[in-house]
Amino acid sequence: MNLVLTHAKYQVLETIRVPIAVIGTTFFPVAAMLFFVVPNVGDNPVAATLATASMVTFAMSTTCLFTYGIGVAEDRTRPWERFTRTLPAGATPRFLGRIINGVVFIFLSIVPVVIVAAVVTEATASARQLVLAAGALLAGTIPFTLLGLAIGYALPSKAALAVAQVLFLPLAVGGGLMSDPNHMPGWLAAISPYLPTRGAGELMWAALTDFRIDPKAMATLGAWTVVLAVIAVWAYRRDEGLRFS
Amino acid sequence: MAQPLARAVDVTRRYGETLALDRVTVEIRAGELVGLLGPNGAGKSTLINLLIGLRRPTAGRVELLGGDPRDPARRRSIGVTPQETGLPPTLRVGECVDFVAAHYPDPVDRDDLLHRFGLDGLARRQTGGLSGGQKRRLAVALAFVGRPRLVFLDEPTTGLDAAARRALWDAIRAFHAEGGTVLLTSHYLDEIEELAQRVVVLADGRVIADDTVDAIRGLVAVRRVSLVAPELPPLSGVLATEHVDGRIHLMTTDSDRLVRELVGFGIDFRDLEIRPTSLEEAFLAITDRATTGSLR
Repeated sequence: MNLVLTHAKYQVLETIRVPIAVIGTTFFPVAAMLFFVVPNVGDNPVAATLATASMVTFAMSTTCLFTYGIGVAEDRTRPWERFTRTLPAGATPRFLGRIINGVVFIFLSIVPVVIVAAVVTEATASARQLVLAAGALLAGTIPFTLLGLAIGYALPSKAALAVAQVLFLPLAVGGGLMSDPNHMPGWLAAISPYLPTRGAGELMWAALTDFRIDPKAMATLGAWTVVLAVIAVWAYRRDEGLRFS
Repeated sequence: MAQPLARAVDVTRRYGETLALDRVTVEIRAGELVGLLGPNGAGKSTLINLLIGLRRPTAGRVELLGGDPRDPARRRSIGVTPQETGLPPTLRVGECVDFVAAHYPDPVDRDDLLHRFGLDGLARRQTGGLSGGQKRRLAVALAFVGRPRLVFLDEPTTGLDAAARRALWDAIRAFHAEGGTVLLTSHYLDEIEELAQRVVVLADGRVIADDTVDAIRGLVAVRRVSLVAPELPPLSGVLATEHVDGRIHLMTTDSDRLVRELVGFGIDFRDLEIRPTSLEEAFLAITDRATTGSLR
């Protein structure tokens, strides 16, 4: 356990000293919050709460794609990771350390969004709703962590960067995170339930407002979780086989 | 005899179709300072990767301190050098040492270690801001953090200037003098001659020689017969011929016979020189012979 925390600590230190990485993680969601949400929700508390939930989901999914996807792919090319495998620890502490590192950066990306929501908008939530939202966020984080790991372990770093950059915005828009989820254009509303961002978003909206969950979106979120888990495990094992067997 | 600290017994390793190691048997015994030599692609890195648990043999057995090197507990008594290009650029020197130290029950004192490797006062510097030589020394120092019994030093002085190399050699010798065991690879043969007592030579995935530095030199006893002459007829016992600046260099194990032959053929030669070879030349001659031998 101590070694897991050691690995997590030094991974966070490594990342946090690259200012652009920190800004990249925290900037997008809070910028989207300031430029799109704040001017549009006015003094409507439900709209503000819904939009904040969307931005938190957006922050989480983007951070997963980038910290896990690109982070893992880059690490795989670095001799330092190979060196850490010669230390008396095995692969587990580094892997778990990476997960903790991801959680830290998800946290860093959502905190500014929540602060803006609380200070500048009419968004409200009871303590019970906040606990539910935390649970919803956790459930939504699982498939996106798996997506990031699958990209990171399956692809070389340049391809991982490209795939993460191609995916993050369409996933967010398609999932209804960038607009009012109840009033999406028809064609987008038709594909939306099949995207993992929609399911993760719906869990958040339902936790914080009286939004009614679409069972179809939940079923696809579950299916995404299973499929991405299979791909992530396959990619991890393949990578282990290529580099460490 | 004492239990070897590390050993490979009849180890074969393939990467797909490529045969990287072919039934290699090597033992590293406590207190030895062993040089591992071989041209690129000979299997040096593969052998080290097997001994430090990064890779598994395709066939045969690899042991580290009496167990499987892939078991983390076995690696508590070894130290490995990362490639200096691989240090995390944003971590500070002290943090790199602390990170590695967290893996060992009784790590060395950080300041002592940095002092020993000429890195005093750099603990708070990010590794990305170090000079090439400083990075190299830090990389080597990291192998010694956990008070290892056996260190694997892969090209430890590549890219260092003469003074820094000397300093690093002193640190390696001091470790060895206190009873430490070292497996060293190097492109610099003078480094192996300077430090190692025993040399294992790999070529084409096989051990072609495993003996003391002197014996490796003596094993081949290659001499260089150098002369200026017109066309030479085929001569017996010539391992290699080179033409440099109008001189002909003939590598041979029997220079006396070669000179008698030159005289016997009535060749009009001048400026004859006969010199013993360096380990580098001897090494090239034996790997050459092993390679052509395997082609026949």
